[in-house]
Amino acid sequence: MTLIKNVKPYGEEAVDIRITDGRITEMAPGLDGDDVLDGAGLIALPGLVDLHTHLREPGREDAETVETGSRAAALGGFTAVHAMANTDPVADTAGVVEQVWRLGQEAGLVDVVPVGAVTVGLGGTQLAELGAMADSAARVRVFSDDGHCVADPALMRRALEYVKALDGVVAQHAEEPRLTVGAQMNEGERSARLGLTGWPAAAEEAVIARDVLLAQHVGARLHVCHVSTAGSVDILRWAKARGVQVTAEVTPHHLLLTDELAETYDPVYKVNPPLRTDADVQALRAGLADGTIDAVATDHAPHAVEDKESEWAAARPGMLGLEQALSIVVQTMVEPGLLNWRGVADRMSVRPAAIGRLETHGRPLAVGEPANLLLLDPAHSAVVDPAALASRSRNSPYAGRELPGRVVATFLRGVPTVLDGKAQK
Amino acid sequence: MRKHLLEVADLDRADATLVLDTTAQIEQALAGREVKKLPTLRGRTVVNLFFEDSTRTRISFELAAKRLSADVINFSAKGSSVSKGESLKDTALTLEAMGADGIVVRHSASGAPHRLAQWVQGSVVNAGDGTHEHPTQALLDAYTIRQRLGRLDGVRVAVVGDVLHSRVARSNVGLLTTLGAEVTLVAPPTLLPVGVETWPVTVSYDLDAVLPKADVVMMLRVQAERMNASFFPSAREYSRRYGLDGRRMAVLPDDAIVMHPGPMNRGMEIAAEVADSPRSTIVAQVGNGVSVRMAVLYLLLGGAPE
Repeated sequence: MTLIKNVKPYGEEAVDIRITDGRITEMAPGLDGDDVLDGAGLIALPGLVDLHTHLREPGREDAETVETGSRAAALGGFTAVHAMANTDPVADTAGVVEQVWRLGQEAGLVDVVPVGAVTVGLGGTQLAELGAMADSAARVRVFSDDGHCVADPALMRRALEYVKALDGVVAQHAEEPRLTVGAQMNEGERSARLGLTGWPAAAEEAVIARDVLLAQHVGARLHVCHVSTAGSVDILRWAKARGVQVTAEVTPHHLLLTDELAETYDPVYKVNPPLRTDADVQALRAGLADGTIDAVATDHAPHAVEDKESEWAAARPGMLGLEQALSIVVQTMVEPGLLNWRGVADRMSVRPAAIGRLETHGRPLAVGEPANLLLLDPAHSAVVDPAALASRSRNSPYAGRELPGRVVATFLRGVPTVLDGKAQK
Repeated sequence: MRKHLLEVADLDRADATLVLDTTAQIEQALAGREVKKLPTLRGRTVVNLFFEDSTRTRISFELAAKRLSADVINFSAKGSSVSKGESLKDTALTLEAMGADGIVVRHSASGAPHRLAQWVQGSVVNAGDGTHEHPTQALLDAYTIRQRLGRLDGVRVAVVGDVLHSRVARSNVGLLTTLGAEVTLVAPPTLLPVGVETWPVTVSYDLDAVLPKADVVMMLRVQAERMNASFFPSAREYSRRYGLDGRRMAVLPDDAIVMHPGPMNRGMEIAAEVADSPRSTIVAQVGNGVSVRMAVLYLLLGGAPE
């Protein structure tokens, strides 16, 4: 049992919140009790839900494990994360997704929800046993070949159709592979000058356009991973207006960083899809604000030092995100007035939980609801030090940046996973 | 002068002019000498670090360093390609431990010299990185133009061919415009980068329209394999539309010169009769390359003259 005193749910009127047996049992001013946590000045939000995390286990435990990634997630205010399927072995069978799910249960810091591969070995040619993964203990509902696009249009159509029976969704990594052979960074003025092969916006937009049409044709749900261009936002807005069942996510780094950082040739800024232009960043923020983009998802992608301390072309794409995601949303969306705290809860908890069909996450802060929540100190700001992160990897693009907001506490079903900014396991 | 020469943007107009003037002084100092050697870099170590095969460029740098009396080590890391992921950093640390004063690096990855410069104490000279830059090539081209035409300000330079994949083109655009030349890029649209419209150049798809107004025609090497990726339909069609043959050379102004960074594809982008004509500076470029690289090594490692 915990009593949080004088905390502001969604940044609104301060109340006391009593947590008993994993649930919120009272919300009112002037409550009395033991085990009191002073919430003065803090904002309470529903525990965050990440649709897109790379935990690297099994296969690259030198870069991240389910446990270290879970700790990073809890410190970032998350209570559930979707673990992407591009592990080694690939999460394309009931056995692998159950292994990841069990490791998450053992770590006990967040609910680790495995994503199943759409195709065997992410090979893009044959459907994996999606039903077996859905029926497994891991209860997979999100299927993705992330890292690779399901490029074959016929196969994509079948995947979209097939998961309807599972109440599932295909999360597409939208990248037309023939248009991105050898691609290193956003194609434009900077790639031309830097001599790095360009990744054209059209390679993303063309696949999204195709897939929203397919989703509408077969009446299936589609989720678009890490939307990165202004054109993609336009296509999604158009598709939603037509009634297509499409949802989309944007990463914290695409909300903040631009391709200007490639000029350093430091691969810590190499990511797929690549950092885009300032115009894209503004369009993504606007799309997230008006709900065209449903969710913020981290695409947390830990990499070992040797996979980043190299020539740009030799480095692996990806960057850390779990521990800074909320701070970046505060900086890029809340501070400029594009989202209020209810909006943050909606885009980082409610909607991602709904997309992933998670029943006990993304719930409102209200009496009777599961006590999955975080406490944020919005007045605090700190400079990011990669060495201090809980992730096993250090590839943070935010090193040296001062970011606002600090997650003071996180509760998973009433149990504190983070207190005073420190992980409890 | 900055500590490294990683890209031509490291040189402002005064720096670039200093390199060209120093080149001329070095040529004068060596002219008529029996022993073509200066003692300037005695006791200094220059490492030629070549991750990509380029005998011509390596020999040019080697000769330049030796003529300045530096100790030269050729470190060929060919085969340790980007795809194999041999650590550039480990190589850098090895050279650092050996006390290299200057590192001349050729690499297939754009930006590799920038990375190297973060890990070593010595000066790094970019000898060509991927499709990014080749600054000493641009310096020797500028020197050659000035030598033949007596000036760079206002000189009209047409750069013709595979601009998209050319580090020579990128360096020349930057350096020649810094020095006051007017650059026109001529290529099929497939071989121009998206974003080229932001460069300080004119762009044309029509070689015949550009030639009568060009003081310098710089032909870029075009790999016939590019046609497999549909950059152009066939080598023959490319040659017909963008190759420099005798008929086209005839419409050039009287004093115009023809340049090529080598190695040439005779019969593809340049006809033999053009390459071997009096307008061609191709052999002079090779000779000037040694002198320009001497000037660069001297200015970076020996300190600028008072």
